[in-house]
Amino acid sequence: MNKIVSKEHFSENVIKLEVEAPLIARARKAGHFVMVKVGKTGERIPLTIAAADTVKGTITLVIQTVGGSSKKLCALNEGDYITDLVGPLGEATHIENFGTVVCAGGGVGVAPLLPIVEALHKAGNRVIVVLAARSKDLVILENQMKANADEVIVMTDDGTYGTKGLVTNGVESVINREKVDMCVTIGPAIMMKFVSLLTKKYEIPTVASLNTIMVDGTGMCGACRITVGGKTKFVCVDGPEFDAHQVDFDEMILRLGAYKEIEKKD
Amino acid sequence: MTKEEQIAALRSEPWRETLRKSMKNKERTDIPRVHMNELDATYRSHNKEEVNTGLTAEQAQQEAKRCLDCPNPTCMEGCPVSINIPTFIKNIERGEFLEAARTLKETSALPAVCGRVCPQEKQCESRCIYTLKLKKEAVGIGNLERFAADFERESGNISVPEVAASNGIKIAVVGSGPAGLSFAGDMVKRGYDVTVFEALHEIGGVLKYGIPEFRLPNHIVDVEIEALRLMGVKFVLNCIIGKTISYEDMHTDGYKGIFAASGAGLPNFMDIPGENLIGVMSSNEYLTRVNLMDAANPETDTPVLQGKNVAVIGGGNTAMDSVRTARRLGAERAIIVYRRSEEEMPARLEEVKHAKEEGIEFLTLHNPIEYIGNERGRVVQMKLQKMELGEADASGRRRPIAIEGAIETLDIDEVIVSVGVSPNPLIPRAFQGLEVTRWGTIIVNEESMQSALPDVFAGGDIVRGGATVILAMGDGRKAAAAMNDYLQSK
Ligand SMILES: Cc1cc2nc3c(=O)[nH]c(=O)nc-3n(C[C@H](O)[C@H](O)[C@H](O)COP(=O)(O)OP(=O)(O)OC[C@H]3O[C@@H](n4cnc5c(N)ncnc54)[C@H](O)[C@@H]3O)c2cc1C
Ligand code: FES
Repeated sequence: MNKIVSKEHFSENVIKLEVEAPLIARARKAGHFVMVKVGKTGERIPLTIAAADTVKGTITLVIQTVGGSSKKLCALNEGDYITDLVGPLGEATHIENFGTVVCAGGGVGVAPLLPIVEALHKAGNRVIVVLAARSKDLVILENQMKANADEVIVMTDDGTYGTKGLVTNGVESVINREKVDMCVTIGPAIMMKFVSLLTKKYEIPTVASLNTIMVDGTGMCGACRITVGGKTKFVCVDGPEFDAHQVDFDEMILRLGAYKEIEKKD
Repeated sequence: MTKEEQIAALRSEPWRETLRKSMKNKERTDIPRVHMNELDATYRSHNKEEVNTGLTAEQAQQEAKRCLDCPNPTCMEGCPVSINIPTFIKNIERGEFLEAARTLKETSALPAVCGRVCPQEKQCESRCIYTLKLKKEAVGIGNLERFAADFERESGNISVPEVAASNGIKIAVVGSGPAGLSFAGDMVKRGYDVTVFEALHEIGGVLKYGIPEFRLPNHIVDVEIEALRLMGVKFVLNCIIGKTISYEDMHTDGYKGIFAASGAGLPNFMDIPGENLIGVMSSNEYLTRVNLMDAANPETDTPVLQGKNVAVIGGGNTAMDSVRTARRLGAERAIIVYRRSEEEMPARLEEVKHAKEEGIEFLTLHNPIEYIGNERGRVVQMKLQKMELGEADASGRRRPIAIEGAIETLDIDEVIVSVGVSPNPLIPRAFQGLEVTRWGTIIVNEESMQSALPDVFAGGDIVRGGATVILAMGDGRKAAAAMNDYLQSK
């Protein structure tokens, strides 16, 4: 049982929770995630640790309401308890001074991108963030990104904010303008696929953080498996970050739909 | 007193002499084995009620009469923890059921569990004089064990073992499966301050997330856990040693001994084309969804595929549990696909028998070589290579050999891969200095279960690879005794 100490709305569908978890706060690094279960009958879902405060002993989770489980979590309020919370899981992000790094995030991927942006910036990289959203009111964490990046480029599908266009347009504009040493991308699988195709063309090493279906999150079940460079990997223990150019995104996209037809009541 | 002398002393107690003489051996051996009561196969294959319903007191006493109370009880040699089998059985014969349960508990931490899941036909019952000499069905040792343990639980007179005065020494246990639980019980009895850390949100390891309710109801396991709690064992859920808390943190927190019982959690796949199609999954995933997450219950949030034509690959207990679960979730065809013949199947005999009664099909001497999907990435067919048996291999089982060109296809919509597990790599990765084999199992001294790190002992599947509940428990007991010696001599 972990207590929610604060709750904030970033947008209609995006919520930030600060949760008491002193041991996880102490152990976590950028790129780590936790498994969360709400209620006795809840599902175990993975969530990236967006930030941690070792003094207060809390971790921050940013949740976008998509399915029933994220809704349940977002319905909790300050003072409520999360039934089960375990972590930190996965391998931490490999952080070093690469030079110039473009971090491309969209949708649910923006929150997990934040700690990576912070860590890369701290390591001395020039960090350029490309944030993508369908329209203005879905753009989140822009200010937090600005505080940790050298530049933030916002792209919206409908042009209601920033530049009109896709995340790939934003990334390509940076590549055309200056030398990019590295790219990190987190977001919907289809978005990561296209970012990866783009950077492959320019031969820029790219890391993608994958959000597959998970059950335990500890390497026990294989629900999270994907193909990387022709080999099966478990995202929860071998990842969640992989060389994007090696990931079979088409397979991943299909696998993400495994339970679409039997999604239970909300 | 040596163990032999102890056995002999118990055997020569007056009540036991009298009981032995009350019936001729010939009369005893003429009694046919009492068979376990079980639910009707059609009825049970649509729900999760426990299949075996236990023996009545009369049946148990009748079966107990068959035991000849041998002077040299070979059955005990077949038991990995050397339960004093004749003593508990003779107590059942004379109606002292609680005393029988007490005898079991002297050596086994979880008799109600072992009575249900041990492969008795390969252990104690394979060494029973009925099997060895008389060529008759063995005494139903497993069924009697279950009877005594259930009787004690249902009587409400559970004997909580005595606990020594606290010595204040902190001990950590990694994992709450049978190895961890039996270790915890033995250490708390010796006065240690024991905390069990469990990665999942439930206590019990495979007993909870793996073995289904119809074979081992959760409430049976919970009673044992409750008894440990009463004895003072602390449980911390949702805590992964090596992730949430490091080895160094454990030292800072004052733990003087650590028992690694983290199991063999990593599912093996076969690395054949199409294995990542939707609908192909490990038995761990399937059973975890159904058992730990209760996914078949419409009231829970976790989904599970409920295929109509389900193939389960493998011939072990896990395969049997998966295929029988699929049947219960509505599969019209639930098929075991196994590359050897039925004779080589490692599953408990009873599980194979129950599976057949429940309409499970057995496709032996077949090995999957490819899965075929539709345009949405869902598995719809599998290709099977037909096999034949060749020479015996290192395990003594005859090696399956592909029959060239003999390939079949089978329409299926769900595949559960149950071809074994590998050790959970978390602990070996997190504890610098542990020695591991090339399979990833932790290397320990076989006598003491002590690892290359003097304060770390290990047992169960993390040491043996996929093994059994009783062996895991036995390791826990051995490690507790050895860790106690180690800490007391320091
Ligand atoms: C489906 C199935 C059916 C089986 N049927 C039988 C049977 O009929 N008879 C039989 O004798 N055997 C059977 N077995 C085998 C038997 O269950 C195992 O041999 C036994 O459970 C091993 O016990 P263990 O304590 O070593 O590990 P486990 O029971 O695997 O428990 C290990 C526990 O440790 C936890 N853990 C792992 N890493 C960490 C960490 N870093 N920190 C904290 N916790 C951690 C895990 O979550 C798990 O709960 C079966 C196994 C399966 C999967
Ligand atoms: S989520 Fe189960 S192995 Fe990764």
